[in-house]
Amino acid sequence: MNWRSIWTIAKKDLKEVSQNKMAWGPGIVVPLVFAVFMPLMFIILPQVIPVEDVQRELGDLDGMLRAMPPALQVLFEGKSLEQMFVLYMAGFMLAPLFLVMPLMFSTVIGSDSFVGERERKTMEALLYTPTSDMELFLGKVLAAVIPAIGLSWITYVVYIIVVNVASYPLFGSIWFPLPTWWPLMLWMTPALAVLGISATVLISSRVRTFMEAYQMSASLVVLVLGLVAGQVSGVLFLGIGTTLIIGTIIWLVDAALIYVSVKKFKRSALVAKL
Amino acid sequence: MEIIVEVNGLERTFGRNRAVDGMTFHVKQGEVFGLLGPNGAGKTTTVRLLNGILPPSGGMARVFGLDPLMDGQRIREQTGVLTESPSLYERLSARENLEFFGTLAGIPAEKLTQRVQDILKFFGLQDRVNDKVETYSKGMKQRLALARALVHEPPLLFLDEPTSGLDPEAAQQVNELIASLSQRSGQTILLATHNLLEAQRLCDRVAVMNKGRILAMGSLKELTRKLWPVIWVDITFWEMPAETVRETLKTLRGVIQITGQGETMQAQVENEDVIPQVVRHLTGQGASILRVNPRDYTLEDIYFSLQAGEK
Repeated sequence: MNWRSIWTIAKKDLKEVSQNKMAWGPGIVVPLVFAVFMPLMFIILPQVIPVEDVQRELGDLDGMLRAMPPALQVLFEGKSLEQMFVLYMAGFMLAPLFLVMPLMFSTVIGSDSFVGERERKTMEALLYTPTSDMELFLGKVLAAVIPAIGLSWITYVVYIIVVNVASYPLFGSIWFPLPTWWPLMLWMTPALAVLGISATVLISSRVRTFMEAYQMSASLVVLVLGLVAGQVSGVLFLGIGTTLIIGTIIWLVDAALIYVSVKKFKRSALVAKL
Repeated sequence: MEIIVEVNGLERTFGRNRAVDGMTFHVKQGEVFGLLGPNGAGKTTTVRLLNGILPPSGGMARVFGLDPLMDGQRIREQTGVLTESPSLYERLSARENLEFFGTLAGIPAEKLTQRVQDILKFFGLQDRVNDKVETYSKGMKQRLALARALVHEPPLLFLDEPTSGLDPEAAQQVNELIASLSQRSGQTILLATHNLLEAQRLCDRVAVMNKGRILAMGSLKELTRKLWPVIWVDITFWEMPAETVRETLKTLRGVIQITGQGETMQAQVENEDVIPQVVRHLTGQGASILRVNPRDYTLEDIYFSLQAGEK
């Protein structure tokens, strides 16, 4: 395995993606919305709106809090109304939404890398290089996975800073991230990034354009929306155990998809699509 | 001379379509070998088969003595391919393009910058190295694509329709570059084209193809001899010799027929060796010869004759 070639392919793909506005546009807008606008809204609002309105919200929250595992309910004990609201929104409600990012980033970059290359008619020259199929595959996968995880983690860091700074007047201490966020950030985020790219590789063999690939791969977001719905409805709370289990399942699916992708990623199949 | 490419009964089918149908040929070191044929003749498929990016359905191929199916990667280390479309990364600069392909071809990092500079200079692109390729003209892109194919100094170069879509000036530039590669560096080249003038100018030998099969193969002279076994010679005089001189000419061994009109006589002879005997005979009879012109056949004549035969 020639790692110099693999990194060269990955770097080239990243350079190309960085010049495709359709690809990096969402990479700026979504993190800004998730890491800055939404937490600011949920944290600043209860500090400026009347307490009785927060009380009304808490009425709705009360049922949800009761549905939480006891270990998580402990976090809310002894908190003021405003603190409970902020804790619930910033610490739990927004959590599954962040999982959209690794999935979205890896599918956007992967679509540009795998299908965009074919669409721009640059694939043939690449196939004539003295690289193995596996080196080509890994170069392209890394080009999608590394920035997807990296951007997600940068967004988490920004979110952590924004939440702590904005809620400091309310809590008087640095309280975020909650323990439940660690497996989310370190276990489930990479799993979803790999899920996005492995699905994109498979989809790329069936579509002709970047947009087709992007739209089909992006339908995976439904999985994450399911987690959001579960969290909002109180059916499923992303506690440490739950996140680890779901993350493990996703990693297993990843392994299966990567296995199939590697089998399918052959020069002869790629050249037939040109 | 060493044989670089050897192909025997090579086949490739796509469903029921036989893209390459039992091709047999070889390419020697330093030779420019042309694959000539209309679109869909199987030229590009042959290039792909020889570089191991497409497996054959049958037959045998060896490039540098290696099997493309098993050793495609090792073969591609020693080949450069100019694809039909330039296949360049338009959002990157010329330098970035060449550095990318140079790295994949295994040029050591410490030599890469210098090599890229040198080859861009050779192709006259040194003033635009940092410009994005999307700002280049078609001719410049094709020169850059040729530079990419040569960046790792491969001993074997595949050129797939190198002047396709270029204006005459740009096409001439590219052809001159290819000719200089062949003449100066003794580069072995396999040229796939449907441009007959280009093939006639650049190739030592050609294989005329249609529907995946080779219809005929050889140098221009060999193909002419195969298709037209006899030679027509136009002989122009100051004054047409007398009828008796022409009659005696017919008795010469190797002369098939004599016709004439005005100041020019047409002699059909069996081979080139007969021509000096004809000239000697005529001057011996006191004829004043102004010009002797064996009739030339172009690759175009050969190509259309073969393709018509195929139809």
